[in-house]
Amino acid sequence: MSDNPDIVVIGGGNAALCAAITAAERGARVLILEGAPKAYRGGNSRHTRNFRCMHQGPLGPLVESYSEDEYFEDLIKVTGGKTDEGLARMVIRSSEECLPWMEAHGVRFQPSLSGTLSLARTNAFFLGGGKGLVNAYYRTAEALGVEVKYDAQVTHLEVDDGQVVRVEYHQNDLDFALSPKSVVVASGGFQADTDWLARAWGPAAKNFLIRGTPYNRGVVLADLLDQGVEQVGDPTQCHAVAIDGRAPKFDGGIVTRLDCVPFSIVVNKHGERFYDEGEDVWPKRYAIWGRLIANQPDQIGYVVIDAKSIELFMPSVFPPIEAPTIEALAEKMGLPPAALRQTVDGFNAACGDTSAFHPTELDGVATKGLNPPKTNWARPITDPPFYGYSLKTGVTFTYLGLKVDERAQCSIGNRPVTNLWAAGETMAGSILGQGYLAGFGMTIGTVFGRIAGQEAAAHAN
Amino acid sequence: MQIDLIEEARRQAQICNACRYCESYCSVFPALHANRSFADGDIVQLANLCHNCRGCYYACQYTAPHEFDLNLPRALAEVRQDSWKDFAWPKGFGALFDRAGVAIATALVLGFALIFALAQALRPETGDGFYAYMSHSLMVAIFAPAFLAPLFAMSVSLRRYWHSVGGGRVKLADIWAACRSAGRMKNLEGGHGDGCNFEDEDRFSQARRHFHQATLYGFLLCFASTTSGTVLHYGFGLEAPYGFLSLPKLLGVPGGLLLCVGTAGLAWLKTKADPELGAKSAWGGEMAFILLLFAVSATGLLLYAATGTAAVAVLLPLHLGTVLAFFLLTPYSKMAHGFYRMAALTRDSARHTA
Ligand SMILES: Cc1cc2nc3c(=O)[nH]c(=O)nc-3n(C[C@H](O)[C@H](O)[C@H](O)COP(=O)(O)OP(=O)(O)OC[C@H]3O[C@@H](n4cnc5c(N)ncnc54)[C@H](O)[C@@H]3O)c2cc1C
Ligand code: SF4
Ligand code: SF4
Repeated sequence: MSDNPDIVVIGGGNAALCAAITAAERGARVLILEGAPKAYRGGNSRHTRNFRCMHQGPLGPLVESYSEDEYFEDLIKVTGGKTDEGLARMVIRSSEECLPWMEAHGVRFQPSLSGTLSLARTNAFFLGGGKGLVNAYYRTAEALGVEVKYDAQVTHLEVDDGQVVRVEYHQNDLDFALSPKSVVVASGGFQADTDWLARAWGPAAKNFLIRGTPYNRGVVLADLLDQGVEQVGDPTQCHAVAIDGRAPKFDGGIVTRLDCVPFSIVVNKHGERFYDEGEDVWPKRYAIWGRLIANQPDQIGYVVIDAKSIELFMPSVFPPIEAPTIEALAEKMGLPPAALRQTVDGFNAACGDTSAFHPTELDGVATKGLNPPKTNWARPITDPPFYGYSLKTGVTFTYLGLKVDERAQCSIGNRPVTNLWAAGETMAGSILGQGYLAGFGMTIGTVFGRIAGQEAAAHAN
Repeated sequence: MQIDLIEEARRQAQICNACRYCESYCSVFPALHANRSFADGDIVQLANLCHNCRGCYYACQYTAPHEFDLNLPRALAEVRQDSWKDFAWPKGFGALFDRAGVAIATALVLGFALIFALAQALRPETGDGFYAYMSHSLMVAIFAPAFLAPLFAMSVSLRRYWHSVGGGRVKLADIWAACRSAGRMKNLEGGHGDGCNFEDEDRFSQARRHFHQATLYGFLLCFASTTSGTVLHYGFGLEAPYGFLSLPKLLGVPGGLLLCVGTAGLAWLKTKADPELGAKSAWGGEMAFILLLFAVSATGLLLYAATGTAAVAVLLPLHLGTVLAFFLLTPYSKMAHGFYRMAALTRDSARHTA
């Protein structure tokens, strides 16, 4: 059938699978072209842990309720208004029926993970994480007769007169071409192409780490934009957080995150502080630090904490660097010892009364007369052993994408491309102009994946 | 204990502790997440809480070829196996875990079958049923010590285990909690009730849970059958052979059937499952143990079916030979897992109630 499928779905992550399953259930013959080998199938979706879901009452693992308006307000807070309200509300409303749909297609949920209780009401966690979800969807898709080709990288979609006439892909050193009736693009962003990132962001981007799959290189995205398909989202921006500097270049995923910044001082490679580490509770500051680190020399930062803070945050994948003195720690981390000593001394001297210290609330325990200040959790760094982590910028996703309408359809000018739909990260910029709301990526992918699958099948049948 | 095995499991546990995506699969993860760092004893306890369902392997985004190379089921299986060897008593007997299990089991079965054939040389003048072939007192003389000595060895091992995982005073409530968990094979549900991944990569199924359940309850019924026979013999002066509607037979026949089906099923599943996700050195020994248990139940049923025929002369020693091999090997074979697992669940319950 691969000679002649009704629908080709490009990509093998959450959005692609939701589209393929939905289309196959409507009787279409579907082929998934997944660029990654089987062991790495599932793109960034396999790194996820939850999706954000509206609900009017307790639903599955979710407690209480989470209304459309509250959800939308949460979104507006993080995007600073750069949001397509119509599409966003549509996604939010549809999220409620996604949860039972996901369960019916093999996804299993678990109670909010230890350490993430604040999300128990808004986010439904996948049992086994995103790879568990992806595995379940592959099982379901295959049972519905969906064919999957791994290691199959799509190189070009030939768009002619408002229609995709040919899909070209590369597999095992051979080139293939197909002419399906409908095409769904669900191949993510371009963040794994560091040359592209460097063109967009500047040369500093070469030092960024990519938190997810090395296979999302934006090949299809670039190809379609080159042919005039409508784009959306700031091409120079990416979502980035500060992660452990020892993380692998690609695919480090969730375990490389570091939550210790609020209890630390963070210095650059010259041993100087550059920002208020205690500005807000960590989840809210998480994304800012990716950017802050990106603006430091060599795009690297160093966290310093002492023995009294080491238990206050979630453990991370690598043990901290440990030393009995500040100088020895500087030595081990490759920082100038005298400069770090001076920074720590200056910071310690600016700390005042710490009796109100409270690790999970804005406690107002601040420095005095220090620039930049630390406005919460400012306790002197005095108790050996001292611990350090290096911090690098970790890119989660890019904002540039394909502009779609509420039916997930792509367009050129104001004419729809009659047989082309997009879902997931590759069109998320249509909704999310900046910032990020935890769990919203999977919601967008699920909602738009299902819509794209439905539309593609209707067109093909 | 092999420190490199512990070290590797610790490395992986630290990654899981930063991830937590598998939290609800089994009791390993909540126990793991309760720690920030892991002493050797913590790792041994986690290893004995794991029942190798593989859910956390197939769901892991960090398995090879990823450089983090996660394979928690194997890492824990290796530590578990090594810990049993280490705790085995008398010292040195732990090596039995590693020796090609098939050979040991076969040798024992044949050897003891031979001894029993010899015992027939001392064949009693009178006696009904089995006792026509072997006197009751000879059986007791052989089996009482063969039953009690391994139990004693096992208890020494369990004390060592308990000490190494930092268990405190044993509380009845915790033992009860462990029994409830094991009785339902709660952990084999996979946290979502769909079962575990075993025989077909990431597909969830109840097959392992059901076959294990059949094995466990089949075994317990057989055990109850023998016990009831002993009670009838000594307590009521009622001697074998017992009729079909007697307690030993009502318990023993269904028990034997369940045990046969359960062990055959487990053996079959084992041939399907990926050996890379377990302790590879233990595979042969585990398989041999399952087959031995199958032989115990199958010969037992055959023996019953052959009542009154000349085949009893062969089947009786064969059956008793398998039973004897099974008893004697208990502390040094997969059978030990039952004891360690109960201990681990008890310890885990104490973690909650502490
Ligand atoms: C570490 C991390 C954690 C995250 N956690 C969460 C979370 O908890 N909740 C949440 O909602 N979001 C989370 N996100 C964001 C989330 O991963 C994405 O929003 C979501 O996975 C996007 O799904 P997708 O199907 O569009 O893309 P992906 O899952 O990335 O799939 C893209 C697919 O396209 C394939 N592909 C790429 N190029 C080609 C080509 N040329 N030819 C063929 N195939 C190609 C890739 O191999 C891949 O299979 C996280 C992201 C990261 C990096
Ligand atoms: S096995 Fe993998 S996915 Fe599961 S908790 Fe550990 S690191 Fe995370
Ligand atoms: S193999 Fe199964 S029992 Fe063992 S740790 Fe993984 S999920 Fe838990």
